[in-house]
Amino acid sequence: METADLIFRIVLIVIVFAISLVVAMYSTYAERKVAAFFQDRIGPNRAGPWGILQPLADGGKMFLKEEIIPTNATGFLFIVGPSLAILTACIGSAVIPWGKAISIGSHTFDLQVTDINVGVLYIFGVVSLGVYGVMIGGWASNNKYSLLGAIRAASQNISYEISMGLSIIALLMLTGTLSLKEIAEQQHSWHWNIIRQPLGFILFIVCAFAETNRTPFDLPECETELVGGYHTEYSSMKLGFYLFAEYINMFISSAVMATLYWGGYNYPFMDDVAASLGANPAAIIGVVVLFAKIFLFIFFFMWVRWTIPRFRYDQLMDLGWKILIPLAIANIVLTGIGSTLLTHLGY
Amino acid sequence: MESLSNKKKVLEVKPLNFLERAYLPAIAGGLATTMKHFFKKPVTISYPEEKREYSENFRGMHSLKRDENGKERCTACGLCALSCPAEAITMTAAERQPGEEHLYREEKYAAVYEINMLRCIFCGLCEEACPKEAIYLDGDHVPADYLRKDFIYGKDKLVEAPLNQ
Ligand code: SF4
Ligand code: SF4
Repeated sequence: METADLIFRIVLIVIVFAISLVVAMYSTYAERKVAAFFQDRIGPNRAGPWGILQPLADGGKMFLKEEIIPTNATGFLFIVGPSLAILTACIGSAVIPWGKAISIGSHTFDLQVTDINVGVLYIFGVVSLGVYGVMIGGWASNNKYSLLGAIRAASQNISYEISMGLSIIALLMLTGTLSLKEIAEQQHSWHWNIIRQPLGFILFIVCAFAETNRTPFDLPECETELVGGYHTEYSSMKLGFYLFAEYINMFISSAVMATLYWGGYNYPFMDDVAASLGANPAAIIGVVVLFAKIFLFIFFFMWVRWTIPRFRYDQLMDLGWKILIPLAIANIVLTGIGSTLLTHLGY
Repeated sequence: MESLSNKKKVLEVKPLNFLERAYLPAIAGGLATTMKHFFKKPVTISYPEEKREYSENFRGMHSLKRDENGKERCTACGLCALSCPAEAITMTAAERQPGEEHLYREEKYAAVYEINMLRCIFCGLCEEACPKEAIYLDGDHVPADYLRKDFIYGKDKLVEAPLNQ
C-alpha cells in the first residue's frame, strides 16, 4: 500500500468514526425532538438555540454521574459488557462504501475504509457480536431483571438473524457478490435493488428493527416489565455507552439498508451530473445523497418508535419464526424462479 | 332470554385474516396518524416566558380586604369558618379599643385569623358567606413550602396592604 493511500485511509477512518459518533449524538437529540413533534410538543429547547446543545449537556451529565458497581456484580465482565457493545457498534462502518472514488492529482481514493470481498458477511458477524455486549452486561449485573433482559436480547437476535440472513440470500442471488462496493456499483443511477427485492427489503427492515432493539422489538429493555432490562444496574457513562451503542447501531443499519437496497450513493441522472460538473463533485453529491437516505431511515426508525406499541414476547417469536422465516424462504424461491425466467426470456 | 331493552348486541370474534395478521396495513395506518400529528401546532406553553391566561373566576389565595378608608372589614363573625367545608379557618375575636377606629371598621375584629392552606380546597364558600365583603379568593397560587406549619397563613399574609403605602 502506498503512503498516500495509507494516510488517506487513516484520515477516512478518523472521519467515519467522528461522523458516526456525531450522528449518534445528534440522533438522541433528534429522537427527543421527533418524539415531541409526534406528540404535539416542542421538545428540548433550553440548552442553546432550539436546544441544539442538549446532547452535550446529556453527555456531560453522564460523565459526571456517580460510578456505581453493585457489590454482587462480576466486576470485570460488568465493565466488558458496555465496552463490547460500543466497540462492535463502531467497527461495523468499516465496509460501508460512502461514495464513488475521488481523484486528487494522479491518485484515486476509494471512499470506503476497506473493501473486503465478504463485506455483507462481515456486517452480519459484527452485528451478531453486538449481542454479546448485552448478554455479558446482563449476566454480570447479577440481577434477575438484567438477566431476563439479556436472555430476551439473545433469543430475539438469534431468531431474527435467521430471517435477516435469508432475506439477504435472495438479494445475493441477484448481485452475485458479497462485496458492498460491488453491490453499490451495480445499482448505478436508478437501478436500485428495492425494485427487484421489495419483499426482501420489508423483511430486512423488520429484522433490522429487531436487531437494533428498537420499538416494537425493544423487549430487552422494556421499562414496564423489566425495570430497565439488561442495563438496570448500570449508571454513569457505562449506561451512556449502552444507549449510545443503540444509536450507532441504528446509524450503521440505516447505512447498510441504504447501500443494499436503496442504491447507496447512486442517484438518478448521476452520469449527466458527472458529465457537466466533473467526477469529483458528482461523487461528493453521491455522499450527500447517501447521507440523506441514511437520515431518512433514521427518521423512519424514530417514526415507528413513536407509533407502534411493543410486541408481546410470544408475538415476537411467532412473527419471527412463523411469518418472517417462511416469507424469507418464499422470497428466495420466487427470486430464483423469477431470475431464471428472465434470463431465459433474454433480459 | 330476550333482552328487555332491545339494545343487546351480540359481538362475534372474527379470526384475523392474513393481511391483518401481517400487521403491515395497520402499521401503515398508524404511521399516517402520527405523521398528521407531526405537522400539528404544538400545544406546549413555554411556561416562564409564556403564561396561560387564568379564567375570570379563578379562585386563588385569600385576601382580607380593607374598606375605602383603609380599615379592616372583617368583624370576626365566624360565618366563613362555619361555612368552610374543609374547616380550614380559625379566628380569635377581640374588641376594638378606643383609638383603634382607624384600624378596624367594626367594634369587634379578628385578632387572629388563620387559614390552613393545606386543608383549604379553594371552594370559595367563605367568600360567599361573608356579610362584610371582607374575604376574597382573588390572589395567586399558594406557593410551595417545606414545613406544614408554614402553610397556616395568619393575618400577616392574608390582610391586604394598607392603603397609602
Ligand atoms: S375557600 Fe372553601 S375551603 Fe378554603 S377557606 Fe374558604 S370555605 Fe374553606
Ligand atoms: S371574613 Fe367575613 S365571614 Fe369571615 S369572620 Fe370576617 S366578616 Fe365574618
